[in-house]
Amino acid sequence: MCTVCGCSGHSVEDQFRAHLEKTGQAKPAPFAMIAPKHAAPTGHSHDLHMGLGPAGTEVPGMSQARLIEIETDILNKNNSYAARNRTALSAKGILAVNLVSSPGSGKTTLLCRTIEMLGAQPLAVIEGDQQTSNDADRIRATGAPALQVNTGKGCHLDGNMVEQALARLDLPTGALLFIENVGNLVCPAAFDLGEDAKIAILSVTEGEDKPLKYPDMFAAARLAILNKIDLAPHCDVDLDLYEANLRRVNPEIEVLRLSARTGEGMAGWIDWLRRGLAAKGA
Amino acid sequence: MHEMSIAEGIRGIIEQSARQNGFDRVTRVRLEIGRFAGVETGALSFAFEVVMRGCAAEGAALEIIELPGRALCYDCGETVEIADRFDPCPNCGGGKLLARGGDEMRIKDMEVL
Repeated sequence: MCTVCGCSGHSVEDQFRAHLEKTGQAKPAPFAMIAPKHAAPTGHSHDLHMGLGPAGTEVPGMSQARLIEIETDILNKNNSYAARNRTALSAKGILAVNLVSSPGSGKTTLLCRTIEMLGAQPLAVIEGDQQTSNDADRIRATGAPALQVNTGKGCHLDGNMVEQALARLDLPTGALLFIENVGNLVCPAAFDLGEDAKIAILSVTEGEDKPLKYPDMFAAARLAILNKIDLAPHCDVDLDLYEANLRRVNPEIEVLRLSARTGEGMAGWIDWLRRGLAAKGA
Repeated sequence: MHEMSIAEGIRGIIEQSARQNGFDRVTRVRLEIGRFAGVETGALSFAFEVVMRGCAAEGAALEIIELPGRALCYDCGETVEIADRFDPCPNCGGGKLLARGGDEMRIKDMEVL
């Protein structure tokens, strides 16, 4: 019987041990397990729990293995940085958006155009790339403050990198913060940075099935931007199929179609940002 | 390869726990990973072995418990369990499902000496 909760052990080890006890061959437990907080009350799968000896007692002369219940999110350190960022940004009514996409979807071009159209709106950009300051240089050329974060071998930005970047940017109340993540449709999905929304950018040249091939990112995003629609007639693509696939992965996702190059559809995107800012400041 | 970052997160938690609970060696680590957590368990097992070198969990066995994916069906309104993001609703056959769980990624427990 399980000495922690009194359930009858179901594991092969338990059954075998019960048999040994019954037949007088029982030996002291090789090690006692300690489970300070019992696992879920249902589905007793005591894989590691040998169920012998009162919980917490030592078996004299035996090596003492213990079971330590952790129940901790693996990314809890990242999440704590992200929570700090979120608190700090909210205190100043700053809207933070995390732009995620594959490399070459047009994130930086979209940002440059967006910054021009936002005019006097206070804003800043955190640029994540493995190497070079090319993107931050392009943003600074528009007159907006930009901070380049080079992740080296890293495939994503994390909460700590953004916290350090925020410390170097003096953002005024009511500002807009764009975080351009490392171009990667996989890894950045798992790392909360403290942003208000992840925005996935997908260019029409990438193929309609990208949301199905890389679902985690589109599932995590609140808005998808279908960029480079000026190229659609040259690429034999079906924009409605893009949207259908996006909604298949994430039925709640908002979708905007635009071309940062020609400016088509940009007004809707600027409006989306202004509405977000108004809601954040309210 | 964010499995490497995940393994580093595991190491951080183990090192903190070793200080708090006073143990020198970890022989087994059990993780709970949801179906939609975006973790490739093979890559994580590899990263775990490499990243744990030089810490209390060097050589520890890694067990991964996969948790099912849960989703809200937009057609019938039920919350259902699905194995894959694109599975149809097992209740009504609908295809519009919003993941509502299954992104867990945590250390459940450890066997320590």
